[in-house]
Amino acid sequence: MGKKIRVLIAKPGLDGHDRGARVIAQALRDAGMEVVYTGLRRTPEQVVSAALQEDVDVIGLSSLSGAHIGLFSRVAELLMEKKRTDILLLGGGIIPDKDREVLMAKGFDGIFTPGTTMKEIVTFIEENRGTAK
Amino acid sequence: MTDQERERLMESVRRWQESVSAGHGAAAKAETSYGHEVSPLYTPLDGVEDYHRELGFPGEAPYTRGVQQTMYRGRLWTMRQYAGFASAEESNRRYRYLLEQGQTGLSVAFDLPTQVGYDSDHVMARGEVGRVGVAIDSLADMELLFDEIPLDKVSTSMTINAPAAVLLAMYIAVAEKQGIGPEKLRGTIQNDILKEYFARGTYIFPPVPSLRLITDTISYCSRNLARWNTISISGYHIREAGANAVQEVAFTLANAVTYVQAAVAQGQDIDEFGPRLSFFFNAQMNLLEEVAKFRAARRLWSRLMTELGAKDPRSLRLRFHTQTAGAALTAQQPLNNIARVTIQALAAALGGTQSLHTNSYDEALALPCEESVRIALRTQQVLGHETGITATSDPLGGSYYVESLTNDIEQRALDYLDKIKKMGGVVRAIEEGYVQREIQQSAYRVQKRIEGEDSIVVGVNRFKTDEEAPKNLLEVDPEMENRQRNKLAAVKRERDEAMVKECLGVLQEAAEGSANLMPPIIEAVRAYATLGEICGVLRETFGEYEAPTF
Repeated sequence: MGKKIRVLIAKPGLDGHDRGARVIAQALRDAGMEVVYTGLRRTPEQVVSAALQEDVDVIGLSSLSGAHIGLFSRVAELLMEKKRTDILLLGGGIIPDKDREVLMAKGFDGIFTPGTTMKEIVTFIEENRGTAK
Repeated sequence: MTDQERERLMESVRRWQESVSAGHGAAAKAETSYGHEVSPLYTPLDGVEDYHRELGFPGEAPYTRGVQQTMYRGRLWTMRQYAGFASAEESNRRYRYLLEQGQTGLSVAFDLPTQVGYDSDHVMARGEVGRVGVAIDSLADMELLFDEIPLDKVSTSMTINAPAAVLLAMYIAVAEKQGIGPEKLRGTIQNDILKEYFARGTYIFPPVPSLRLITDTISYCSRNLARWNTISISGYHIREAGANAVQEVAFTLANAVTYVQAAVAQGQDIDEFGPRLSFFFNAQMNLLEEVAKFRAARRLWSRLMTELGAKDPRSLRLRFHTQTAGAALTAQQPLNNIARVTIQALAAALGGTQSLHTNSYDEALALPCEESVRIALRTQQVLGHETGITATSDPLGGSYYVESLTNDIEQRALDYLDKIKKMGGVVRAIEEGYVQREIQQSAYRVQKRIEGEDSIVVGVNRFKTDEEAPKNLLEVDPEMENRQRNKLAAVKRERDEAMVKECLGVLQEAAEGSANLMPPIIEAVRAYATLGEICGVLRETFGEYEAPTF
């Protein structure tokens, strides 16, 4: 057994819907990962700083308020600046296909929308962590 | 039922159950949203024991059968679609469109910066301005929002909590400019902070000053806005966050009891403000369980208010708005959501709702477009005018199953209420994370059941089809944020700065003392002090709530 996978689940922006974030956090814990949840209303700067401080392998962002493009992109940029693109960067929420492409081009490794199973996300993380750009 | 009849029935039920367990279908299990096993058959043994005590008559305590005598025969429920996006001008156009289409009440959605008391130029507002609702920075935006809408003719519901007092003050000030006095205003502010701490997230201040803001608005409205619903105590978001039907009823009523106690502690008369309390529930897919939930909530509230000392029958009536379940909408095969919304709306009508919002089929994908909003409204009109369910009050009353579920949900909700009381009240239960954990466990259970195919969701884990990405999704113009900031800057340039300063000073003094905060807030909005400035003064005095994380 290797070291446990460490994950930061974060809610950037003002969106208060965290059912999805909490359920995913629970699922990842049950899959043997160590999960830190930031709570609501974090700035992208706070999210990245928490990720570095907690030394995580994966960041999972969640937003259902339509503010994902600005907020998620900023997190990707900050990781780029810190030269930490090795961290697997994931996003979830109400994210139209068009925006998914924008975010993938900005450095996201996966975008998950309604209907995605917890199992798919666990498998994705297990197969892709450490292989991020 | 005589003892002899009861004996005979019990014997028949035993015989019938034995014949079933020998046959087909005995192994199939079914359960409620809260994990209670459902029997394949209900009989008079499971239903009502004392008609007068448990059911009574529509319009009479304990209001199990409805809060009005003739329910929808006299008047249909209010069809009230929650809407608002981007700028005040665009939202105003959408409201006028909905009124033209036969909608009977307005329901305002505010953007997140407004809901947490930040102006559009605040750093935390970046990317969020005008996204999930309309951006309101000052009275100038509110004037545009209700332009040419006569506020004495419509009733307006505003989904606003932490800064509810400020938005209500702006509404009063707009009406004043239309020449309409506050006593003529009809509508609702959500004003329900407790569920924000554990289910919806738009809190600003800690619980104690937040409760003061609520009791201040309740008291102000009792004296000046007699037709205004001062609070809409909401189970909706608790359910959306993952709670089951019992938890929805229990946590909502626990919050309600807290507000009543706070107002009474402030010296208010329970029968003065009691009749203006209103509620807001979710309508989920399990039709009969949901009907039972509404009935159980009504009966329980009537009993709780009696225990709290209410004497006026109007204080005992649980009047509620319903919205269909957002979390039950699927992004897959979105048109299927029209069928889902119809069933949920039916549950609300059979459960005796006073007003209803039906969700649009495309809301798991984006904010709803005009066509989907129209279909959602038409769904209510079809139910109200074509189905005959409006002919009689509480049409499912007396169903053995529905009565049994009503009893069960009421009893289990009561157990939760007792538990929360023993913990020292709902604020303590939130601070200790109890409520959050209970809801999270239910949400996780639901998701696991879907993934294990114990629960079937059509198009999601069964009956899947390949489909193209949907078109015509509503997009918010990204330039909107800049335009709103410019508007705000213009308001600040044109107003009387000295007057604003003075008003904010008076407000701060009031906040530090114990006077009612509504009058100084109204003065401040009249002077075009912004929402962010007013909440800024209160933030400084009251401090900000920092949520515990689990």
